Amino acid sequence: MPEKRILLKNCGKIDPGDIQSYEGEGGFKALEKALGMSPDAVIAEVKASGLRGRGGAGFPCGAKWELARKSPGDEKYLICNADEGEVGTFKDRYILQHDPFSLLEGMAISAYAIGAKKAYIYLRAEYRYLLEGLLKAVSQAKEREYLKDLEIEIREGAGAYICGEESALMNSIEGKRGESRFRPPFPPESGLFEKPTIINNVETLVNIAHIILKGGTGYAALGTEQSKGTKLFCVSGDVERPGVYEMELGCDLRELVVDLAGAEDVGWVQVGGSTGAIIPGEMLQTPLSYETVLGSGAVMVFNESRDVVDFVYRTMEFLNEESCGKCTPCREGTEVMVEILGRLNRGEGVEEDIPVLEELSRTMMLSSLCGLGQTAPVPVLDSLKYFKKDYENRISQSVFLRSLKTVNG
Amino acid sequence: MEKNQPGTLLERERESLLGMIKEEQGKSGYVSEEAIAGIAESLALSVGDVYGVTTFYSFLSTEPLGRHVIRICKSVPCLLQDGGTMIESIQKAIGVGPGETTADGRFSFELTNCIGACDQAPAMLVDDEVHGHLTPEKISEILKSYD
Repeated sequence: MPEKRILLKNCGKIDPGDIQSYEGEGGFKALEKALGMSPDAVIAEVKASGLRGRGGAGFPCGAKWELARKSPGDEKYLICNADEGEVGTFKDRYILQHDPFSLLEGMAISAYAIGAKKAYIYLRAEYRYLLEGLLKAVSQAKEREYLKDLEIEIREGAGAYICGEESALMNSIEGKRGESRFRPPFPPESGLFEKPTIINNVETLVNIAHIILKGGTGYAALGTEQSKGTKLFCVSGDVERPGVYEMELGCDLRELVVDLAGAEDVGWVQVGGSTGAIIPGEMLQTPLSYETVLGSGAVMVFNESRDVVDFVYRTMEFLNEESCGKCTPCREGTEVMVEILGRLNRGEGVEEDIPVLEELSRTMMLSSLCGLGQTAPVPVLDSLKYFKKDYENRISQSVFLRSLKTVNG
Repeated sequence: MEKNQPGTLLERERESLLGMIKEEQGKSGYVSEEAIAGIAESLALSVGDVYGVTTFYSFLSTEPLGRHVIRICKSVPCLLQDGGTMIESIQKAIGVGPGETTADGRFSFELTNCIGACDQAPAMLVDDEVHGHLTPEKISEILKSYD
């Protein structure tokens, strides 16, 4: 299956610094069409499209918008989540760099549908070099009167992975520590400043114009039963051609990493970022979809020479560093996992380490407050499922080496 | 001190807190205890509250930093492209290790998590600029351009 460039159709074609070149490619036609429809009709199209969140969680977009629209009150907010901190993910950066207007068009349509007069773009501190271009795009869109009823403010993060999690992101905008919130209430009912709020990923919003132009059912012609449309994938690691690829949902992993990105001797692939699933090299026929594996669209490829225990250890170190610390299962759980995985990695592991990792995984998944702690054990459990031998060999070698040390005093 | 409840005016003023801390960081290169106390007073927040926000975010520092901050990515996609060697190269080039600042105050050196430049791995940020496809030779060239 070749690439299917729909979301990326303007990238490399238009001048991201000139709104007229976006207009020249049919830009803002979808906004014009949406403004001629009722907000409810716009939401109905988005629901019919089957679009689900592209940031990783995959919540149905139209249903979320409907909740916010129906929530009482005049003051509602739209937030574009451009805090792309997931390891191995850089698709939103690519869009912001090459086609910022398509995001603004999607935001204008979304704000109209849910009834928001104010929108934020939360841009991660690491992407500060994109700020100027983005500000310029907003000011051009304002000049051309595409943002008549909408004020868009760009807020910068200050370096925190967890702020990509929606409730932590809202706390950050409110000037607080970026800690996750207890839910309910959910943001469409009570979010930013306790007002109804929609938080959508950059890529999700970029889909909106295409849905409006093609109609929801037209859009839904691509993809699988529960995964409609195309998806941006960020391929990195042991490949010839790393980069952003747009594929129809349901394509298989082999097409992406071998045929397009040029991977050889694949040991495993992690799909969806640091908390994503691990797919061993023998299972590259796995389709990429919400039904199987997807997440943020990060696709990190590891060749057969890589050490899986070392990889899982480093991943857990990352999650432990970035845990916001609010809830115990995540704060302490990731800490203990780093300790155990570090021990295994250094060749100091014991047999009991494996069942302890499994039990701790279950506890964290059940009891953590937000997605970070709930999914942090995924790479641990997946690697134990497919590469248990690697763990066991490491332990038996360690035990043997330690016994020699004892003998030799 | 007035109570800072959600939805009240004071709560909305609090919205500017992160921006104020960032501004101080940009101006002074770090956020001093005095600056924290000043910001806290102006927003009617406790010093602990402002300190808590400042120390939560990795791009904010309560210790003075060098004129330029090198943040090299230590996440998996960069490590797969020999990121470890690049970290050593920086250390060799500036003579200090991660978490340290050079004696002349020119560079602070930090390891950071994924900066979203995995297609150009190994990559680093120097201040707000991204540099990708690093090699030891390229690193010394890049660092020369910051004085």
